[in-house]
Amino acid sequence: MYLIVVGGGKVGYYLTKTLVHEGYEVLLIEKDAAKVDTYTERFGAVVMNGDGAEAATLSAAGVGRADVIIAVTGDDEDNLIICQMAKHRFNVGRTIARVNNPKNEELFRLLGIDVTISTTNVILSLIEQQIPELHFVHLLALRHAHIALVEVSVSSASPIVNRTLADIDLPPETSIIAVLRDGKVVIPTGTTTVRPGDDLFAITRRESEAELRDLIVTG
Amino acid sequence: MNVVIIGCGRVGARIAMSLDQAGHHVSVVDIRSAALRRLPPEFGGKAVIGTGIDEDVLKFAGIEDADAFFAVTNGDNTNLMAAQLAQKRFNTRQVAARVYDPVRAESYRRMGIYTVCPTTTIASLMLDSLSTS
Repeated sequence: MYLIVVGGGKVGYYLTKTLVHEGYEVLLIEKDAAKVDTYTERFGAVVMNGDGAEAATLSAAGVGRADVIIAVTGDDEDNLIICQMAKHRFNVGRTIARVNNPKNEELFRLLGIDVTISTTNVILSLIEQQIPELHFVHLLALRHAHIALVEVSVSSASPIVNRTLADIDLPPETSIIAVLRDGKVVIPTGTTTVRPGDDLFAITRRESEAELRDLIVTG
Repeated sequence: MNVVIIGCGRVGARIAMSLDQAGHHVSVVDIRSAALRRLPPEFGGKAVIGTGIDEDVLKFAGIEDADAFFAVTNGDNTNLMAAQLAQKRFNTRQVAARVYDPVRAESYRRMGIYTVCPTTTIASLMLDSLSTS
């Protein structure tokens, strides 16, 4: 598999380092010639000087046979155009863009980028998972499908306590897929009764997250 | 007609003035307040400080009611991203982006974005002057 990384900031540098270490064929494209010299000393000949949004640079990098292009510069407009050029002009199958401004994540998907990674959102989400007081935690958003995996803690005040799952009117297209009870995982059925202290794992539509939160978490 | 222009360089300011004088409602967005000073005192439109690739800045500039959008900052990628934002997100009817790189200009033209490439235009005008003199 051949991967092209564009942008030699901290993210691009460590990403390239890791991918090389794992044995992938990698090429890092970086605009700044001085950085290219430093990186070449460290990684060998897997670093190229150039502007990743220029067709000539992409051509010289052999983008035509690349399986994946990963644009991780600090500028969203550059990451977008790099991925679109790779996709539309060179038919690269998979484009991955770093999104610096979280607002742009949805726009990038609308404009055909296969995978978007918002550093800010990733960090926020990881921090949220570590805050014990939070009763509703967004664990994962699944690509394309607009589906999220969430974890909800049931307090004794929750309106769904002592009800069976079949009896709870969940938002549309929402399923409880696991219950964590006293440190053990219970695979739920319709007859499973919710108890205070349960942690519920649910798959839901992203737009239904708020409704699910309101249904289970009170106070 | 309501018009939003991003980039208040020589080209942006000129488009803004022409349309303003013709009686249209014009908003000009530029990240540098100094650039907006290019607009003469008689300019009757709106000047907005901010980046043209931010949805909220564009909304503030009136993109939701705009009939036309011009992306003429000095960055090709900024112009192309802004033009797609206007066309695909806000459904602006007429969108045009300046793109210096002829290859990028042609690629996006094929993707349905109206691009103007000064490089090829000026080069051919220069070459034309050779044949007529």
